[in-house]
Amino acid sequence: MINVIWAVMLITGFVFAAVNGRMEEVNEALFTGAEEAVTICIGLIGILVFWLGVMRIAEKGGVLRMLSRMLAPVTAKIFPEVPKEHPAMGYILSNMSANMFGLGNAATPMGIKAMEELKHLNGGRDEPSRSMITLLALNTASLTLIPTTVISIRMNYNSANPAEIVGTTLVATFCSTVMALLIDRYFHWRRVRKHTP
Amino acid sequence: MGWVTVVSMWFLPVLITLILLQAARRRVPAYETFVDGAKEGFHLAVSIIPFLAGMMVAIHVFRASGAMEVLIQSLEPVLALVGIPAEIVPLALMRPISGTGALGLTSDLIATYGPDSFIGRLASTMQGSTDTTLYVLTVYFGAVGIKKAGDALKVGLLADVCGIIAAVVVVTLVFGAAM
Repeated sequence: MINVIWAVMLITGFVFAAVNGRMEEVNEALFTGAEEAVTICIGLIGILVFWLGVMRIAEKGGVLRMLSRMLAPVTAKIFPEVPKEHPAMGYILSNMSANMFGLGNAATPMGIKAMEELKHLNGGRDEPSRSMITLLALNTASLTLIPTTVISIRMNYNSANPAEIVGTTLVATFCSTVMALLIDRYFHWRRVRKHTP
Repeated sequence: MGWVTVVSMWFLPVLITLILLQAARRRVPAYETFVDGAKEGFHLAVSIIPFLAGMMVAIHVFRASGAMEVLIQSLEPVLALVGIPAEIVPLALMRPISGTGALGLTSDLIATYGPDSFIGRLASTMQGSTDTTLYVLTVYFGAVGIKKAGDALKVGLLADVCGIIAAVVVVTLVFGAAM
């Protein structure tokens, strides 16, 4: 799926550029795209280095285990395949709580750590397990309590009440998170059904 | 909603303090452990580059060629049926694909229609309520070397569609219809 989408995006891009006479822009895009990717990753280095360090202390000190034990009843339902006191659970919870407080920068390293642990649980295969897809779905839906970036943009444009969209955002993000979990369940059910005739 | 801001601000310092106190109780050498874990960070960031570079180039080419505009124009009538206003369609389509692109569109919509207009509020809600699916997928799976996305992309994109529809419905209910 991802292979097809990627190739289709590039090829249709080139075809449209030929038709629209935008070859020059597209040539430029080839380089700016790659450059932006590297810029993003360089920006991530500092955050990843710091948070992976902090998370290692949390893991060794037992904070992750405490966290996963506390919220185990909820997460066990969402991630039925992950053992209750596995470090992956702690990382998943840290990732979710950082997301909730709008700390996307802190959430990414924790999410990546969680993915790593889930991959170990999956025997190191290069195909995503059910739990990995669930975690990804949770992150794309991004359950946020406070959308800081949007509020600051609204402030810049002199909104009478920049934070008035917090409520609507909360409801929308809750809907998309619940839907993400339901859709994830459905696809899992479909995969299981395909393999057991 | 002031408390949310306060919690956001205190969350990380309190979290780090708790982690350090617990480490001290368990006699874990905090600094050495930190450095040990931090070493992974650099390698991890670098390992994402190939995935992200491939994705970003495709997105930039798709946008620069004008294909994105055509896609938006052709989908407009369909989305209008569901009640999504035409002005918001580019943002709805851009949101799962490109974070910076969507942020640009959101600022543009807010600047054009005003932050307190229906479109402004809808754009704000949409921008805040979901994350860039393609980016999250690329970074999270890329970092651990997952090359096949499985059903993850479908799940993410379908959830985005639900989020967008939810945003339209909620904003209409709370702030009144588009006019």
